[in-house]
Amino acid sequence: MRSGIIAKKVGMTRLFMEDGKQIPVTVLQLDGLQVVAQRTADKDGYSAVQLGAGTAKAKRTSKAMRGHFAAANVAPKRKVAEFRVSPDNLIGVGEEISAEHFLEGQKVDVSGTSIGKGFQGAMKRHNFSGLRASHGVSISHRSHGSTGQCQDPGKVFKGKKMAGHMGAVRVTTQNLEVVRTDADRGLIMIKGAVPGSKGGWVTVKDAVKKKLPDGVPFPAALKSAAAPAEAPAEAPEGGAEE
Amino acid sequence: MNLIAQLEAEQIAALGKDIPDFKAGDTIRVGFKVTEGSRTRVQNYEGVCISRKNGNGIAGAFTVRKISFGEGVERVFPLHSTNIDSITVVRRGRVRRAKLYYLRERRGKSARIAEQTNYKPASAKA
Repeated sequence: MRSGIIAKKVGMTRLFMEDGKQIPVTVLQLDGLQVVAQRTADKDGYSAVQLGAGTAKAKRTSKAMRGHFAAANVAPKRKVAEFRVSPDNLIGVGEEISAEHFLEGQKVDVSGTSIGKGFQGAMKRHNFSGLRASHGVSISHRSHGSTGQCQDPGKVFKGKKMAGHMGAVRVTTQNLEVVRTDADRGLIMIKGAVPGSKGGWVTVKDAVKKKLPDGVPFPAALKSAAAPAEAPAEAPEGGAEE
Repeated sequence: MNLIAQLEAEQIAALGKDIPDFKAGDTIRVGFKVTEGSRTRVQNYEGVCISRKNGNGIAGAFTVRKISFGEGVERVFPLHSTNIDSITVVRRGRVRRAKLYYLRERRGKSARIAEQTNYKPASAKA
């Protein structure tokens, strides 16, 4: 099991392909994605990597978190998330992950906090059809209607779909296709929509319901591994990161 | 420029389309690539542009209306579609609306559009 990534939702656009198709894509950006901590079976009873993304001001970071980041020798991060990995896929603390972590055409699952809609009626929240426009219906055209039976249960069952707070919950969209990746700018373009608003944080993982394609980098696409191999001139920069 | 605008500008530049200056009311000819089996040919579609939306951006599109065998036909083309081979302006029309949806209710003489004789391309560039 490979680690996922934390990304920021930038917005949506479209791509025109050679064959005349146009694909709606969501642009996700990797912003200073680094490994902050490791969880190992010996110490914690399970293996995982804790990643951090974005930049947080040190003075607005709590003292406890400052110590946590200092122990890993990374700058304070805005968003921190943990990803379960198999023990052989643990990544060293401080390593930076690049956008080439996912291959073009690969399927991924994207999780994020959906846009909050506030208190909404049953029609919008649960796709109820409402009441009729005429035939004696008065004032309650958008109401939910009956909530149950008669004296026999004599109560409304728990979990009955009614009006209430909608959105602002964690949502996972499965099997989205990675259309394009841009390692230089740290961009991942995913076909279709992903949960959350622009500027929100999402986590991207390999799709659980699809087979992992051949050639995906293990344990992750690391910037430190790519820098010396591709451009020796940039080696000092890669060395400084470690 | 934000990142999305930058990506869109890059893509427009990469597509390298030569899009003429045209607006609603102009008669245009669109060369549209049609794939039949394995063969690709260019099919011309000529008519009056009755609307343009979303400007010159990547999401831009335009509607072309023509009367085909006595029946009004409208087609919406994405401005930057890779299926569009060419766009040619056949005639510049003089209209006072941005969207010429009123042409849908008209036939024959009343559906004509006067030609614009004093067309200035410089004004459109600004």
